[in-house]
Amino acid sequence: MADAIEKVSIIVSKGSLEGVYPALIMANGARMEGIEADLFFTFFGMDGIIKKRMNNLKVATVGNPGMHMPTVIGALPGMSAFATKMMSKKMDELDIPPVGEFIEMIHDAGGELYACKASVDMFGLTMEDFCPQVEDIISVGQFYERSVNAKIIFT
Amino acid sequence: MSAVEVLGKTLEVDADGNLANRADWTEDIAKEFARMEGIEELTDRHWLVINFMRKVFDEKGDAPSIRRLTKESGVDTKELYSLFPKGPAKKAAKIAGLPKPKGCI
Repeated sequence: MADAIEKVSIIVSKGSLEGVYPALIMANGARMEGIEADLFFTFFGMDGIIKKRMNNLKVATVGNPGMHMPTVIGALPGMSAFATKMMSKKMDELDIPPVGEFIEMIHDAGGELYACKASVDMFGLTMEDFCPQVEDIISVGQFYERSVNAKIIFT
Repeated sequence: MSAVEVLGKTLEVDADGNLANRADWTEDIAKEFARMEGIEELTDRHWLVINFMRKVFDEKGDAPSIRRLTKESGVDTKELYSLFPKGPAKKAAKIAGLPKPKGCI
């Protein structure tokens, strides 16, 4: 049998609901299997850890062919909020927690969260803007150092 | 289907090494499975989780998710991971004589 995975480093680069959740589910799932997990939030993915935004992520209804609706319909006012509400309800039934609670669970399970230095500088953010579970703001170099022997997953 | 020898009895197990027949389960067998998973002693806190899992399985036909465990068993996420290192839901299910949980959360 091939060696089991011991660590995953998951990069979160998108800030939509469907951009952030897969990474959280994979990180939590890794911890459940006894696999170490780091989450590295970059660009708009940082919305997943910005206190003011993390619990208001929306499903992208425009530019998202997976929604199977014409762009003009997706662009109608309230469409994104509606799609988000429907999806959140379904997720709750499946025991998938809201982003804030999910991040707390992953952190308590031993997963570690980091923000990308380049993105933080670009958007003019500080540690104050992030939820308390974020360990630190780190550079790409530090991310690679932390990821030695880890599988790197980009989402 | 393979089998393990526990306390002088031969017990059928599934592909994950979990008990194939719930009827085979006893508290002593739970203790033996715990030792195999590296947990030397089952405390009251362990039993709280194990019994909660058995109860949910009886009701729903699947072991609870980590979220349900955290919210309803009375044992929070941090403690779950310290009681059952390297995978609380998976390990607690095995010790409780249940199949590995099917859910992703």
